[in-house]
Amino acid sequence: MSRYLIHRLALSSVAMLGVITIVFILLHVSGDPASLLVTQNATVEDMERIRQAYGLDRPLSVQYARFIGRVVRGDLGYSYRQGLPVTELIFDRIGATFKLALASLAVAIVLGVALGMAAAVRRGSVVDTMAMTAALLGTSMPSFWFGLLLIIVFGVKLGWLPVSGYGGLENLVMPALVLGGFYAAQVSRLTRTSLLEVLAQDYIRTGQAKGLRPRTVLFRHALRNAALPVLTVLGLSFGQMLGGAIVVESIFAWPGMGRLAVQAVLGRDFPIVQGVTIVGAAVFLAVNLTVDLIYGWVDPRLRSAAPGT
Amino acid sequence: MAGSTLVFEAPRRGRSAARASPVRRLLRSPSGTVGVALLAIIFAAGFGGAFVTPYDPAAQNLSITVHPPSLTATANGVHLLGTDQLGRDILSRLLVGLRISLLMALTVVPLSMMLGVTGGMVSGYRGGWFDVALMRLVDAQLSIPTLLLAVAVVAVLGTGLFQIMAVLVIAGWPGYARVVRAEVLALRQREFVAAAHALGAADTRILGRHVLPNLAPTMLVLGTLHLPVVIIFEAALSFLGLGIQPPTPSLGQMIASAQSLLWQAWWMPVIPGVAITLVVLAFNLLGDRMRDVLDPRLRGLGRV
Repeated sequence: MSRYLIHRLALSSVAMLGVITIVFILLHVSGDPASLLVTQNATVEDMERIRQAYGLDRPLSVQYARFIGRVVRGDLGYSYRQGLPVTELIFDRIGATFKLALASLAVAIVLGVALGMAAAVRRGSVVDTMAMTAALLGTSMPSFWFGLLLIIVFGVKLGWLPVSGYGGLENLVMPALVLGGFYAAQVSRLTRTSLLEVLAQDYIRTGQAKGLRPRTVLFRHALRNAALPVLTVLGLSFGQMLGGAIVVESIFAWPGMGRLAVQAVLGRDFPIVQGVTIVGAAVFLAVNLTVDLIYGWVDPRLRSAAPGT
Repeated sequence: MAGSTLVFEAPRRGRSAARASPVRRLLRSPSGTVGVALLAIIFAAGFGGAFVTPYDPAAQNLSITVHPPSLTATANGVHLLGTDQLGRDILSRLLVGLRISLLMALTVVPLSMMLGVTGGMVSGYRGGWFDVALMRLVDAQLSIPTLLLAVAVVAVLGTGLFQIMAVLVIAGWPGYARVVRAEVLALRQREFVAAAHALGAADTRILGRHVLPNLAPTMLVLGTLHLPVVIIFEAALSFLGLGIQPPTPSLGQMIASAQSLLWQAWWMPVIPGVAITLVVLAFNLLGDRMRDVLDPRLRGLGRV
């Protein structure tokens, strides 16, 4: 297990280095990086100051090494609009995004696994058809549209929930449903497939034959074995939620990282975009590394496994 | 279909089951038929509809702004799906937006596929430093949440039709590269590749004539499932104001502009949203069915 983990950790570090490289390339691909780092009405002197402050007049290899060094030390530069360190701005917002992502993850797990289980257990029934139709619709609806529909129904027509803002639980319901709903749809389809495969195995029949209660067979024996692929997708989903949060936070005026990024692009504040991209990727990699850890807990066979492919 | 691995399915008799053409098998299931039928309607509307509607999608008419959908004529004519806050006919804008969405997807998917397949084939067949470098790049790129990457690239390239296309291709190619590389690694070991090699075929010929055709079914499935992803991403970027810019109409932008009118005009966000959902649904139905027919192994893989 530890060798496996070290292997995964090394791969994640290399991927992180790759992410930093991609961001570095993005900064230089436009030709003059200085023009991305200043506002549109900057003077020639401003540009010159930036070039010197960021060492943009140095050779590319030196810049690359310095860039990596700065990111590793947690220095993501300064926001041009707000005149504050990007790290500070992101850490002001990251809590809100995590809150949203965790609530959405809960929606995805509860709704997704429940629907998928119901569909698999009652395969071919009305329940199955309805659950899978809902799942198909869920994956096909754009999240921003689903969000607006919820706002129209629950915010405008019924007046049950606040249409936007940050604060209590009532503010969290709609954003979490929108962001989690899409992943719930995917999780339910996968849970169904995975569970159906497990339910056809011999040991399930053995369990039933020796008179175990159906509930025990389903939860103790089937679900645990069906969980691995679902876990993988949940991990990937949680990482991708930071991307989805960009849209959801914009609809509901949720003060998270995603909204920060969109406002930064619209306001041409590239250091923030750069910072959010790096932090977003770091979170994604950390989450997936954690999922690898959980694997060992769910499936003891993996604890002794040699480093995989 | 699942079960103990020791049970072999007896070969089915007759032409109907295994030997039916893939197209037939595709259409045999309700999801395949519904998907194809929906797509036929959508394509007809997107590419033919614009010639039928009497309105210029950009023409403003401030005397009939925010008019609800109706069959009765206003002073200016019938607005089947109503008008927006500038008095523009929503149906006309919808059809143009639909065409742009479809064209975008039909351009981005082949380009991403070409890039990903070429990279993946060379990576899997050659191995070595190119393989290592390319796969690490793919890993790195897939570590950045897709929409976040798209937003970051937009920040650099700017908005506009070609820029958005480039953004979506950049976001789309790694999925293909990874799958193709894995397939090629397996195909490389097969006898027909060794045979071609022994006969003196060049690497490019082996890849082009012998490996590529074996990748076709998988690519067809991945491509079909990539189409709705592109449509959603383009709509999301346009919704955020980072995609297709006015005056060119796009479905995402139509929804965004309706955001301030949710209280008065439900039809403004609902109609373009239904259109996007139907397009994505149709491609998903078709893609799912194609996967079951052509490449069932991909089932656990999820989306590109």
